[in-house]
Amino acid sequence: MTAIEIGHIGTSGAQYQYRTCKFTGRRVERSAELLIRANAVAAVVFLAVGGLFGLLVALTRWPAVQLLPADWFYLVLTGHGANVLLFWIIFFEIALLYFASAVILGSRIATPKFAWLGFLLMIVGAVMANYAVLKGDSTVMFTSYPPMLAEHWFYLSLILFAVGALIGVIVFFATLVVAKAENTYNGSVPLVTFGAITAAIIAVFTLASGAIILVPTWLWSLGLISGIDTLMYKIVWWGMGHSSQQINVAAHISIWYAIAAMTVGAKPLSEKVSRFAFLMYILFLQLASAHHLLAEPGLSSAWKIVNTSYMMYLAVMASMIHGLTVPGAVEAAQRRNGYTRGWFEWLTKAPWGNPAFSGMFMSLVMFGFIGGITGVILGTEQLNVLMHNTIYVPGHFHGTVVAGTTLAFMAMTYIVVPLIFQRDIILPGLAKWQPYIFGLGAGGISLFMMGAGTLGVPRRHWDIAMTDAANAYEFSPAAYLMMGLNGISAIFAATGGLLFVLLIVGSVLFGRRLDVPGAKLNFPLHDDSKVVSQYGSEATFKLPGTVTLVTIFFLTFILYYFVNWKYLSEIWQFN
Amino acid sequence: MGKTDNDAQDNSDEPLAPADTPAMQRILDNPFLLLFIGVTMPTVLYLLWGVMEVASIPVAY
Repeated sequence: MTAIEIGHIGTSGAQYQYRTCKFTGRRVERSAELLIRANAVAAVVFLAVGGLFGLLVALTRWPAVQLLPADWFYLVLTGHGANVLLFWIIFFEIALLYFASAVILGSRIATPKFAWLGFLLMIVGAVMANYAVLKGDSTVMFTSYPPMLAEHWFYLSLILFAVGALIGVIVFFATLVVAKAENTYNGSVPLVTFGAITAAIIAVFTLASGAIILVPTWLWSLGLISGIDTLMYKIVWWGMGHSSQQINVAAHISIWYAIAAMTVGAKPLSEKVSRFAFLMYILFLQLASAHHLLAEPGLSSAWKIVNTSYMMYLAVMASMIHGLTVPGAVEAAQRRNGYTRGWFEWLTKAPWGNPAFSGMFMSLVMFGFIGGITGVILGTEQLNVLMHNTIYVPGHFHGTVVAGTTLAFMAMTYIVVPLIFQRDIILPGLAKWQPYIFGLGAGGISLFMMGAGTLGVPRRHWDIAMTDAANAYEFSPAAYLMMGLNGISAIFAATGGLLFVLLIVGSVLFGRRLDVPGAKLNFPLHDDSKVVSQYGSEATFKLPGTVTLVTIFFLTFILYYFVNWKYLSEIWQFN
Repeated sequence: MGKTDNDAQDNSDEPLAPADTPAMQRILDNPFLLLFIGVTMPTVLYLLWGVMEVASIPVAY
């Protein structure tokens, strides 16, 4: 079953090499497999680089340590943002798009040479960006707001990377066409692929926005145009900057469904409801970019409130639907698997020793409780002023991008390595602890940064003691405590991240070969894992455990929302 | 809650004939229509509207 099969597909006469995965029964085409491997390896490399930069940032913002001088701090912060928010995430997402199209649909990948061109452009762009940043004349941070000006290589590197990623997205859509034309699936695509389509659609808007703003900024850096309007730049740039993180949301929710299917045999509770939630993302999620501009005087309240408080809430509703249906699908599957005692046996008997499952579930919980709730607070115009441009903002997006997306991507990697690299995970005893260590650190980073932000600590300032500042300001001792705890959490997260890189690189290079007869997985898939590539609903709502968890979430949400309104009312000075 | 007819339809392994496919499902099965909608919405509501607001700010002399 692991032998390579050669077959003719279509009428072109071209030959495509396939193998049949012995664990999932899916056909895997050779070009798709190689492209997934290349993008996944690149993703892990840039995660390692960006993670190291992140640790240096946290150790510098820990007042008792303050590791780096100011110029190096801002340089490293620029590198951290580019490597983890763009390169790690988007390389992994391209791998996911190829997995969700070619592998899940059992199709060949469309135009593999074009896909390799895209990969090459992304690599050149990412390496060039790191070179430009480390050279020291492109310290403009992730947002790179004018009038700060980086060297022209920096903007060109991001343009090349974006073009490469756009090619990857085009190849994904073309693969959908190929799969449909060659009848590798019938009816509707599986939910995981539909989630990937959502991510790809958001990616098109993201990359187009990036091109619209980065090309003129590059021309400005070359001296060919005289200037860039700051507010115009912010609007278009955030169409890329925030939407790129919305690709993550759609992608990691797809991964939640995929891992739930492959580890416990979970089917969506209702295909219709989950697809409706993804449709809400397609329509409204990208409009949340406006919440970065809620304090801009040049934009009307109508624009701000329509984009955030009205439209964004529809996307928030979609997230809450997924927050119900993913654990609900796990509960339904676990009850079908025989864990029916009480309200929570399905949860206590879940495969918590499998890093794919534990990473997925922790990602789900932390994305909802930490990243999700605080995103709504930041997206409310009145409440936003409480913590605008404080370190609360990175606290929020570390809850979404690190505790949510990165943890989910790590969890998926524990499935991708055995299925696509055909190597088993090494040191399983250590691997099962990795998501907990990373998750503890990521959760701590998010919470403590938000704690410090609530006390007014600025978002990016190198020195919260404001040493030598013309107007001195003394933050409360609690703010210093929060920043110290943030540093300790960063050490946990970096340890978990380093462990992940070592486990994955070690598994790819030295893991037990799985393409031999009788090979078994250290972290086995569920017997019903094939549901990941099927259309169909669980069609039950007897989920007392999930209903209880969701009730706790809603109560937390309501409480935190009103606490912030109360807080706002207390600082409102007009009577 | 028991299975409904619609849910049972969801569970069918056999794809529906195109004529029997509900309109909403046909929309969701068309990635290029979704791509058009998904790019148009933020382009109009976020980008164009936002850019027009900035462009209409009076220039100070």
